[in-house]
Amino acid sequence: MATDTQLDLWEVFIQSRNGSHHMHAGSVHASDRKMALQNARDIYTRRGEGSSIWVVPANSIVASNPDDADMFFDPADDKVYRHPTFYVMPEGAKQI
Amino acid sequence: MSINTAPAIDDARLSKFEESVQRGDAVEPRDWMPEAYRRHLIRQISQHAHSEVIGMQPEGNWITRAPSIRAKQILLAKIQDEGGHGLYLYSAAETLGISREEMIEQLQTGKAKYSNIFNYPTLTWADIGAIGWLVDGAAIVNQVSLQRTSYGPYSRAMVRICKEESFHQRQGYEIMATMMKGTPEQREMAQDAMNRWWWPSLMMFGPHDSDSPHSSDAFRWKIKRHSNDELRTKFIDKTVQQAEVIGLTIPDPELKWNEATGHYDHGEINWEEFYRVIQGNGQCNKQRIAHHKKAHNDGAWVRAAAEAYKVKQAVKNN
Repeated sequence: MATDTQLDLWEVFIQSRNGSHHMHAGSVHASDRKMALQNARDIYTRRGEGSSIWVVPANSIVASNPDDADMFFDPADDKVYRHPTFYVMPEGAKQI
Repeated sequence: MSINTAPAIDDARLSKFEESVQRGDAVEPRDWMPEAYRRHLIRQISQHAHSEVIGMQPEGNWITRAPSIRAKQILLAKIQDEGGHGLYLYSAAETLGISREEMIEQLQTGKAKYSNIFNYPTLTWADIGAIGWLVDGAAIVNQVSLQRTSYGPYSRAMVRICKEESFHQRQGYEIMATMMKGTPEQREMAQDAMNRWWWPSLMMFGPHDSDSPHSSDAFRWKIKRHSNDELRTKFIDKTVQQAEVIGLTIPDPELKWNEATGHYDHGEINWEEFYRVIQGNGQCNKQRIAHHKKAHNDGAWVRAAAEAYKVKQAVKNN
């Protein structure tokens, strides 16, 4: 046997039921999109865990770099006025 | 490598890493981590994955001889789960930078180990009961503890695996309970399986804490949360009562409740046997690896065909 292969890496996202988010469940190896979907079904939804599956080639995912996280997320750090608790409400006001 | 050129930067990263782990934060794949942490996890997760995959063999031995269609369906589902567990774990290990190909090669050349327990043969149907109840039972105790391990992908795989393992243990216990309600021969068969699997199950937790070679880093970095002996005791404490309920005897004359500690004391484990099997001289070591190689090589044309199909599709879609 010349070169062996374990096929390509895909990331799997599963929606547990309509109305919820697709959540990252793990990864599978597969050579094409159909195989990736079928493998994801067999590996991650053997007990009715999902109503919908997305598979994405792992090398198509763009991710932020954890080393830059402080700088990258810095613009959100000093804007407390984006939270409702920032505001002073008049005494006695209801349902606000 | 920055190790030689900028030791100060690395020291700073190490302390930041250790502080974060001490706080109880999870480590994710792209975070900086000490090389020794990465190596420890690759070894542990890949060997855990290999154990799941090799563990399919002793059970596979009984698929065609399961005593009923119900038992056969259950056994097939259980073995499929073990394959799935292997895949979750290989994926978790891959996030640390080792490829699936390398891991398979390490398994097949003996560089990576798998759980010793799977080097014992499954001689009777009762062994399938004993594996589910005792072997999976022991694995669950270990895996429940690992759900809180510091490496995120490993911890997530453990949560998923633990959910599925409880079915495995209950189906094994059901087999044992059914046999213990059967004929004298069936009861004898169940007790014989108990006698053969009890001690190897205790060995699954590894050497005593005083002789455990990989523990100190593992605790400091919260890869491991409980010691081998703690986990072993936990397993014994919960299993003794289950054996009593169905009338099985634990093959350890020294086993007795210790009022002072609130745990069972057990007799001496045969560590010579443990090391003999680890070194490749168990009853089935050669057979397990030979079978893995055969299945891997027999499947090579399928992987090659899938790759060829992918290339053909790519040409067609361009």
